[in-house]
Amino acid sequence: MRRLKPFLTFGLLMAVFMLSGCSDMVILDPKGPVGEQQKDLIMYSIGFMTFILIVVYALTTFIVYKYRDRKNHKGYDPDNEGSHLLETIWWIIPIIITIALSVPTVKTIYSLEGPPEGTKDQKPLVIHATSVDWKWVFTYPEQDIETVNYLHIPEDRPVLFKLTSADSMASFWIPQLGGQKYAMAGMETELYLQADEQGTYEGRNSNFTGEGFTDHTFDVMAMSDDEFEKWASDAKADAPKLTKEQYDKLMLPGHVKEMTFSSTHMGWVDHADEADYALNARERLGYEPKVPHSKAAKEEKKKREEEMKQEESESHGDSHAH
Amino acid sequence: MKWDEFFVTGDPLIYGADVSILLTMVGILFYLTKYNKWKWLWDEWLTTVDHKKLGIMYIVSAVLMLFRGGVDALLMRTQLAVPDAKFLDSQHYNEIFTTHGTIMIIFMAMPFLIGLINVVVPLQIGARDVAYPYLNAVSFWTFFIGAMLFNISFVIGGSPAAGWTSYMPLASNELSPGPGQNYYLLGLQIAGIGTLLTGINFLVTILKMRAPGMTLFRMPMFTWSSLVTMVIIIFAFPILTVALALMTFDRLFGSHFFTLQGEGMDMLWANLFWLWGHPEVYIVILPAFGMFSEIISTFSRKTLFGYKAMIWSMLLIAGYSFLVWVHHFFTMGSGAAVNSVFSITTMAIGIPTGVKIFNWLFTMYRGKIQFTTPMLWSIGFIVNFVIGGVTGVMLAMAAADYQYHNTYFLVSHFHYVLIAGTVFACFAGLIYWYPKMFGYKLNERIGKWVFWIFTIGFNVCFMPQYFLGLDGMPRRVYTYSEESGWGPLNMVSTIGGFMMGIAFLVLVYNMYYSFRYAKRETTGDAWDGRTLEWSTPSAMPPFYNFAKIPEVTGLDHFWRQKQAGKVEKLTAKDIKPIHMPSNSGVPFIMASFFFVAGFGMVFDWMWMAIIGLIGVFGTLFYRSFEYDDGYYVSVEEVIETEKISK
Repeated sequence: MRRLKPFLTFGLLMAVFMLSGCSDMVILDPKGPVGEQQKDLIMYSIGFMTFILIVVYALTTFIVYKYRDRKNHKGYDPDNEGSHLLETIWWIIPIIITIALSVPTVKTIYSLEGPPEGTKDQKPLVIHATSVDWKWVFTYPEQDIETVNYLHIPEDRPVLFKLTSADSMASFWIPQLGGQKYAMAGMETELYLQADEQGTYEGRNSNFTGEGFTDHTFDVMAMSDDEFEKWASDAKADAPKLTKEQYDKLMLPGHVKEMTFSSTHMGWVDHADEADYALNARERLGYEPKVPHSKAAKEEKKKREEEMKQEESESHGDSHAH
Repeated sequence: MKWDEFFVTGDPLIYGADVSILLTMVGILFYLTKYNKWKWLWDEWLTTVDHKKLGIMYIVSAVLMLFRGGVDALLMRTQLAVPDAKFLDSQHYNEIFTTHGTIMIIFMAMPFLIGLINVVVPLQIGARDVAYPYLNAVSFWTFFIGAMLFNISFVIGGSPAAGWTSYMPLASNELSPGPGQNYYLLGLQIAGIGTLLTGINFLVTILKMRAPGMTLFRMPMFTWSSLVTMVIIIFAFPILTVALALMTFDRLFGSHFFTLQGEGMDMLWANLFWLWGHPEVYIVILPAFGMFSEIISTFSRKTLFGYKAMIWSMLLIAGYSFLVWVHHFFTMGSGAAVNSVFSITTMAIGIPTGVKIFNWLFTMYRGKIQFTTPMLWSIGFIVNFVIGGVTGVMLAMAAADYQYHNTYFLVSHFHYVLIAGTVFACFAGLIYWYPKMFGYKLNERIGKWVFWIFTIGFNVCFMPQYFLGLDGMPRRVYTYSEESGWGPLNMVSTIGGFMMGIAFLVLVYNMYYSFRYAKRETTGDAWDGRTLEWSTPSAMPPFYNFAKIPEVTGLDHFWRQKQAGKVEKLTAKDIKPIHMPSNSGVPFIMASFFFVAGFGMVFDWMWMAIIGLIGVFGTLFYRSFEYDDGYYVSVEEVIETEKISK
């Protein structure tokens, strides 16, 4: 036991050190009612878990210390092989804990399927989010505009995301607003989120999608209703129209910078119905997937990197105003 | 197929690996030739059907794979130590985390446990070998060849890079072209044959070959856990076989089971994978539970607490293991009802697991605890596994899982259960049964150093990852920005990772040190054990295990005999001729043909695949017409062996 001590002290110190940073951690610092519900559930469960850990550690420490082999050993009972009372206790307590955790879990699961309680009378803003390796296309059907790799949303209003993918299975996640959901080709999933505070939040695909996965991210800007309306009408008036050629080019794997269009791709394809659209577009454009480690792949990668560098130096200064 | 796609080029790490592989191979060939060991290698190892030798070969392979998977892990931790690191590029990192996961689960954890099961279970039930010794050799060699096929991918053709889960459509030809993903499919498929055969073999062995008097409820807990594991294997592995075959058809023959085109269902892959994948988790944890039961009982010098509850809880866990697979993708949008059901079933698994934890604790209660290294690993298991357990319950709460999913919180959770559960058990079991395998113990002092360095390193490595997960760091990213603020905790984590690496090296040194200097055991009972494997007169049992099959009168039979002071002495008139199976080179040759077939399929060279498959069927055909009923060991030989070993 003496030997266990430094280890336990160390663990305790580390826990304190890391818990002290807890309030800064994005999942425990939500900015909307969805993330708020999840945070409450997480904190509730941490309470139970801490209780379990304390019980097990206290018991372990006591037993290992008291019954270690030593001189004047007391209480040795080699045939002590069970106790109905004790065993009943530790069947029942975990059952109670499981029930105590199940009830709020199921409640929250059901509640997250719809818009948040406080704003359920408002009409949610509908945004279609489409993942393409390795970018996000956002369609605002009511406003009839489309953006790439960034989102603008009004605050205090539920947003209904309709998620799909043009190719690999992605997961749409804005940690500070709430939990994620998969975006899959040939499928449409729905996710309600809402921001209660203005600001810029990071969003990303969290499901592994291959080489460009790490940078498969986007920014979310939550703003007042007026600002949002102004931004949307400006985009409708000033931004270029999205052509089919341009959209097909977006279907190529790779990264692009943020874009805005005054029309949407909904007229010619819904990836939820047409899972192979992107693959067909690639074929039309003469794109061929390269075997990793082949010469062709290495050359392609070099070319892409140079393009990225060039783009970075060009767009320096006029990057999207947040 | 162009040659620039055959050998992986252009990376100094790969060239280094090429050179070291070449040198190792030359070294082995030189050693075998110089010391005239070829015949020894063939007679004693390549053709053996002895469960103890096959077990040792399983364990040696698993330790090698632990090294390989560990190097992968340290390469990843090096890349992630600081923000925006350029040590590995994205493709390379993706290949490494894919091979790390696949190797650690399929080619390290399972063979390590199956190796220990091979060595121990026949001895624990008082049998002379398994039910199908020839099949056992086929199991080992298909596993070994599958592992080798998977492992050469990083120097020939490139490794798979779609994750060990290989979700479609990412793993399809269109998004992951080339041989990499084929290596995954064929390597797992070939190794999977071996696992399924092991499942059948040990199920029959345990049910049919127990010593007289050993009823089911007198079996040692490790044998029980092996039995339950084999049942899970038999139900789970066919699912993997089918899923892999379907994906192989998609990639090689243009079918559309999971693809984007032709109305393929990518979600079906995820379901099939986890229908196997979740029971797989229990395949690697239940034998671990069994070992801890044996070790804790032995070194508390006390009967296992709640023997029957241990068995029922294990059966419950085995049943539940098939009812929780959806919790791996709560975020797929299956609806509130489905997610609620699977949340509750998943949390319910915590109940029997919790019961087991308390039963282990109360096995030590009123005991006389000796802090040997296997016992340290077992206590360390309880302390650390509980952390993995409670975070598992947190992950089971679907609504909260939407936030944990795909983050380092999850990564940390499954390392806490798989390392603190399975890996701790592998180490504990290896040290505990080491004298049974090699006739001497591993050095205890060095062993304790290994335990402390590894356990502290493990916590330093993975505890920060929970917090990284809560801070939104997704898994499988190859780098992250400075602004994310994830730098410091990642650095801590990397330091912990290297501590675990050092502990592994010390463990290997301990094997060498003990081989040179450890005192050789003079009896078969190195730890004052309780179960039949310790009852053999010699430290390492002879190839026929028991000169006379013991008769069992109760749980912990050998321990009770010792307590009562009436351990039976063998006399010459007890000895009868012993029937044993003959060695055979066919399993090894068959597996080699599997390699040819697999390699051909990986590169889509169908002529080669066909040659390999003809070879496989040829060996099956040959075996079908081979009449070999084994042989008898004469009474004189047994008497001589027993005297010599006394």
